Amino acid sequence: MKLFHTFLTGLVFGVGIAISGMMNPAKVLNFFDIAGTWDPSLAFVMGGALVVTFIGYRLVWRRKAPLFAARFQIPTSTVIDGKLIGGSALFGVGWGIAGFCPGAAIPALGTGRWEVVLFLGAVAVGLALARILQGKPLFSRSAKA
Amino acid sequence: METIFTPFASFGGGMLIGLGAVLLMLGLGRIMGATGIMSGLVFPENASEFSWRLALVAGMIVAPGLIYAVTGTMPAIDVPVSPLMIVVGGVIVGLGASLGSGCTSGHGVCGLSRLSVRSLVAVPTFMATAAITVFIIRHVIGG
Repeated sequence: MKLFHTFLTGLVFGVGIAISGMMNPAKVLNFFDIAGTWDPSLAFVMGGALVVTFIGYRLVWRRKAPLFAARFQIPTSTVIDGKLIGGSALFGVGWGIAGFCPGAAIPALGTGRWEVVLFLGAVAVGLALARILQGKPLFSRSAKA
Repeated sequence: METIFTPFASFGGGMLIGLGAVLLMLGLGRIMGATGIMSGLVFPENASEFSWRLALVAGMIVAPGLIYAVTGTMPAIDVPVSPLMIVVGGVIVGLGASLGSGCTSGHGVCGLSRLSVRSLVAVPTFMATAAITVFIIRHVIGG
């Protein structure tokens, strides 16, 4: 039941990504190209998503716990440091170069397009680089389940 | 290339993206951060953390097929950049989102709606550098 709910959650998210235009790099890059072929659509994507999460999260948090977990796991850090700003700045540069972001590319895998596979393979390399830079092991062998 | 302005489809799609994030919070109490979810699949820490991510990603990947089944067309993907730029951009996206602890979904949708201070810093930062990058590539270097 837990995994079925999670599967349906992914399906809803993926359909939203597909309808919204987020999985189309031409559209994403045009959103940032204000001086050229500007397409403001993605501001509407963000607007629609924020309206629903802003209200929906607060309704969900009235519960003591989630349906299938013991507690809510919400980031609590408020540290603004160079890693946050530098990492975010880098992320934007990469997004502006490729036109894909991970949340759009994962559902886009379902189209079978090779560009999506290439992008996500490259993202995996970037994730590995970040782990190496931060001294984390690439593959941990912890047995806790 | 020009793209068509789609305010209604984009707003509606955005609402479904938000609904997905709310459903994940309702079910598992988790933030819908695509980079963290992908990281947990590529570099698995333990079995229980792996299985829900796999179910979530499986649902996401089925979505274009469902749209094809209903409408008869796959969602449009027009890639106006070279394979080399896809790879360069992808590596930087993975590195940056990992160091910055989030991407468009985690910081952008989930973080802003929580009014997270870190996300309120992260989102304008990556929006600005994305816009600067596109400006340099298209209007300074020339495309």
